[in-house]
Amino acid sequence: MEKGEAKSKKPARLCCICNERRPVLKRPKTLQQICRECFYEEEIHQAIVKNRLFKSGERVAIGASGGKDSTVLAYVLSELNRRHSYGLDLFLLSIDEGITGYRDDSLETVKRNELQYGLPLQILSYKDLYGWTMDDIVKMIGLKNNCTFCGVFRRQALDRGAALLKVDKLVTGHNADDIAETVLLNILISLGILSRCTSITTGEDGPIPRCKPFKYTYEKEIVIYPFLLQNLSECIYSPNAYRGFAREFIKDLERLRPRAILDIIKSGEDFRIATTTKMPEQGTCERCGYISSQKWCKACVLLDGLNRGLPKMGIGRARGGGVNGGDHKKETTVKTLESKQCGSLDF
Amino acid sequence: MACNSSGCESGGCYGREKDNGCKVVDVKETVRLCVKCKSNEPMTFGDGGSDDGRFCAECFRSNVYGKFRLAVTSHAMITPSDNVLVAFSGGSSSRVALQFVHELQVKALKNYEASRDRSLPVFGVGVAFVDESAAYPSLSGGLSDAVEWIRSTVLSLSPPEKDLHVVPIESVFGSDSVEARDRLVKLLDSVSDETGKEDLLLHLKMLSLQKVASENGYNRLVVGSCTSRLASHVLTATVKGRGYSLSADIQHVDARWKVPIVLPLRDCVWQEITRLCHLDGLKTVELARHPQSGINDLVSSFVALLQEENPSRECTIVRTAAKLTPFYFNKIPETDDSCVPMATQRRLKKFNLKYDGSMTTEAFCPICNSPLNGSDSSEDESDALYDACCSSCRFQILPQEPSSLDHFGSLLPHHMISQVKHHQKFDSQTYLREKIKDCLLLDDEEAV
Repeated sequence: MEKGEAKSKKPARLCCICNERRPVLKRPKTLQQICRECFYEEEIHQAIVKNRLFKSGERVAIGASGGKDSTVLAYVLSELNRRHSYGLDLFLLSIDEGITGYRDDSLETVKRNELQYGLPLQILSYKDLYGWTMDDIVKMIGLKNNCTFCGVFRRQALDRGAALLKVDKLVTGHNADDIAETVLLNILISLGILSRCTSITTGEDGPIPRCKPFKYTYEKEIVIYPFLLQNLSECIYSPNAYRGFAREFIKDLERLRPRAILDIIKSGEDFRIATTTKMPEQGTCERCGYISSQKWCKACVLLDGLNRGLPKMGIGRARGGGVNGGDHKKETTVKTLESKQCGSLDF
Repeated sequence: MACNSSGCESGGCYGREKDNGCKVVDVKETVRLCVKCKSNEPMTFGDGGSDDGRFCAECFRSNVYGKFRLAVTSHAMITPSDNVLVAFSGGSSSRVALQFVHELQVKALKNYEASRDRSLPVFGVGVAFVDESAAYPSLSGGLSDAVEWIRSTVLSLSPPEKDLHVVPIESVFGSDSVEARDRLVKLLDSVSDETGKEDLLLHLKMLSLQKVASENGYNRLVVGSCTSRLASHVLTATVKGRGYSLSADIQHVDARWKVPIVLPLRDCVWQEITRLCHLDGLKTVELARHPQSGINDLVSSFVALLQEENPSRECTIVRTAAKLTPFYFNKIPETDDSCVPMATQRRLKKFNLKYDGSMTTEAFCPICNSPLNGSDSSEDESDALYDACCSSCRFQILPQEPSSLDHFGSLLPHHMISQVKHHQKFDSQTYLREKIKDCLLLDDEEAV
């Protein structure tokens, strides 16, 4: 990439990638002048092919929140699937958290996407899966820590929805800004799961791998994309301070040096975790059978607390007891989960 | 592991002592005592720190000095036969490092004089100050006063006597100061990125320190970087795509250089350093700083903001980064084992440090001396200097135009250029080894 930049001498009025068509924009990531066709779709296609995200005939669920990331992702994937003959069966998968005023408009957007793109849509709600809506949970626990519940429930809800649809892959709209932010938050708090969150495909050893085709795509470029549908909901319950700090910092960085976001991702990929650092082994939950590194998965622990009227159970170090290792480990898990705000990330 | 234990230890101590502090306040609001010794009145600095008013002067000082001494003994930073050069910039961290090294030396001298057989010699100490006025002309005004102050400070720290070396940063370009200065200015002018310029100066500064250390017979270089400085470095390195080499820069020991670099204040935070300077009346001199507008300054502001929000944030960042695998050179080379005291050897075994054993495969960037990763290799094999550099230096230091690369290379110090040639040689050696691998006999195979 650096060599490409070095050789770029701003050819007069020609796209610097294909050298055929007239450029229509200067892209934020590299400040190159490129045409509409080269912008975006071709790069996503290269990311998909280069990383071998899909195989022909696979059933793929798109995590659709109604936000700009997943909306553009749904369009681009269906378009590339048609144009390049990936041979994929695509589905839209939405999670309804049950937050008044927040998810309603988003779900309307997803339903419009279903009609526009001709993709089957499956909506799952927390109420159906767990018996609790986020509104109910907030009444029980208050504004603090509620996003821990939402983050845990949502992640498992996606897995459950994917299993219900019998898909082979689950695709989320995490973009470069999101992943860079995650790398930074892991440094600020803990490195425990860093090796798992920077890969373009995670959970390959699990039942349903997750793919992030937008991993190298800047958020600003998604906004620029001409098919953007305006829907910028933010969670009304959880303005997350640390998320805000890191996000603002990334925006400042991008202003100073656009390529810094890719550099952060590169750093995240290059980190070598000491082998002596214990990574939790993945197994299955005794209660619900889904993936878990503990006897009970986090969702079941939180759900049990809710149902017993003890919502604080499973949060913080309440259950750690006197074991320092246990305390540290649990604290790590909780903080990492808390980092994943339900509002700003689409999934 | 030692870094991890040390970090956890300080973090844990912090948490526990915080709780104790609360209890003391609850029980006796009118009579406050030092949390640790329970006999003296605690100090108040009024700097807004969350632990203000908990320790008395003596306990606070012994706590900070204890971290220094633990770092020195745990990592064999200074042994009796060593000759130590302290990098002194006039700032708080290096001033504390200089003070602590001096106190260590005084104690060693007393032990030497008291012992009958005089078996353990006293390590030597020198001081180095890097004159950056060639790069920042605005520094020239107050520089002579600063140097005089530094000279008197070094004189006051005797016996034992210490040499002071004032090193112009352009000395790495040769002994002719006019030509060297001119070359430095041209080199800096050819770097267009503000952050790249700052980083290049840091690399040149380290080169000049290494030069003066090796020319004057020093075998250790003490750098006063504290936890706060390293926390910023963790983030700046991450932001520049240096995730692979990051762990090399934040360990207590860095022996990839000819003269190993040691960081004895690695586990002390900036607030502790400034408080100690205030407490002990250690004066510092702040040279006029070049106004910063790059990524390094943005990261520093970000870390400072986080630190206000959470006082243990800097420690958390460094402790997190300490989970990254250190490199083989992040410890004092083994040839010194015969001189290492028994207590230090025992402690080293206790910590059971685990390092990356792949000693022979590491290549280094000629400009920043960072270990290179596979992702740093360029697809285009067009220029030797370009190929040898890491991706970060390629982007922010090397000129973008291929035609300017040769001229830029001619301006670089000789040491950096020889690194490029070494890199080429390294590549060819690896290539040859791969080619004849089938014909090679393994040592154990030959024994049979």
